[in-house]
Amino acid sequence: MSDTALDHTLVRDGKPIFHLTTEHHPESGTLVGFWIYLMSDCLIFAMLFATYAVLGQSYAGGPNPKELFDLPLVAVNTAMLLFSSITYGFAMLQMDKGKKNAVIGWLALTGLFGLAFLGIELYEFSHLIHEGAGPSRSAFLSAFFTLVGTHGLHVTTGIIWMATLMVQVSRHGLIPENRRRLMCLSMFWHFLDVIWIGVFSVVYLMGVL
Amino acid sequence: MSTPSQIDNHGHAAVDDHHHHADAASHGTFKSYMTGFVLSVVLTAIPFWLVMGHVFESGVVTAVLVMAFALVQIVVHMVYFLHLDTRSEGGWNMMALIFTVVIVLIALTGSLWVMYHLNANMMPMSPEMMKNMP
Repeated sequence: MSDTALDHTLVRDGKPIFHLTTEHHPESGTLVGFWIYLMSDCLIFAMLFATYAVLGQSYAGGPNPKELFDLPLVAVNTAMLLFSSITYGFAMLQMDKGKKNAVIGWLALTGLFGLAFLGIELYEFSHLIHEGAGPSRSAFLSAFFTLVGTHGLHVTTGIIWMATLMVQVSRHGLIPENRRRLMCLSMFWHFLDVIWIGVFSVVYLMGVL
Repeated sequence: MSTPSQIDNHGHAAVDDHHHHADAASHGTFKSYMTGFVLSVVLTAIPFWLVMGHVFESGVVTAVLVMAFALVQIVVHMVYFLHLDTRSEGGWNMMALIFTVVIVLIALTGSLWVMYHLNANMMPMSPEMMKNMP
């Protein structure tokens, strides 16, 4: 399809045209591109995990994970993110059925779970900093705050994106553009949950062992 | 190359594929989401229980199990939430994922291997010396 479009638009009115004038790109193009972005994001997190794995034992005479981490709190946090994953899934199912208000409702619930996750994480961070275990205390804490903080920033971005899409859907309905955006955010949100599996396993559970 | 049976097979497969893609493959179904969710809850609860309940004496056994559960749960999320299979987006998603996994494995094992040996060759330091470091 793109080949013929290219042929027709290469020369028009005797002038060469170097861009495609077709309006609609195939939907899968965006989704593949977004997947590639997620894979590059995955590399960022892999490097942060590698940094944490290397520096995670360097306490510089400061507190270690066993003294710092509160596993029940992390379990609640993990539950929040898991619930937000399934509620986003329900939003996608309602999108398939074309029910606009149900989509917005499930998105709102997902956003609330995301906010709860962020709130708990910020509480944990402030608690650590208050105890004198801030990012500047030791290499372990620097790596910890960088890794978990980067994940938290991604969740923040996801929530902002979600709020934007709720406005978009309520204004314009479930048009193809909004469906595409919702599918991209779906990938982003579930991807963040995948990263969190690594965080709670490697950082929290292995740290407290 | 093109015996009638093969044409028939191909045609049939293509119809199935299209049907599957239209209603299920792109976003999954209620059942697939619930399956993924229940599996995730179980696969999260077990490692937390292993660590918090001090089920095993040996830390190494627990660590290996925690990592194993994490890997299984990542696959569960990929399949049930991200709807990844070899056919999604014409196989390009899977190709990108395999490439990324290879790079991640090289980077992780390489970093750990090199830095472990670097640490092992460092002069031993007491906590007091570390406290006085700049």
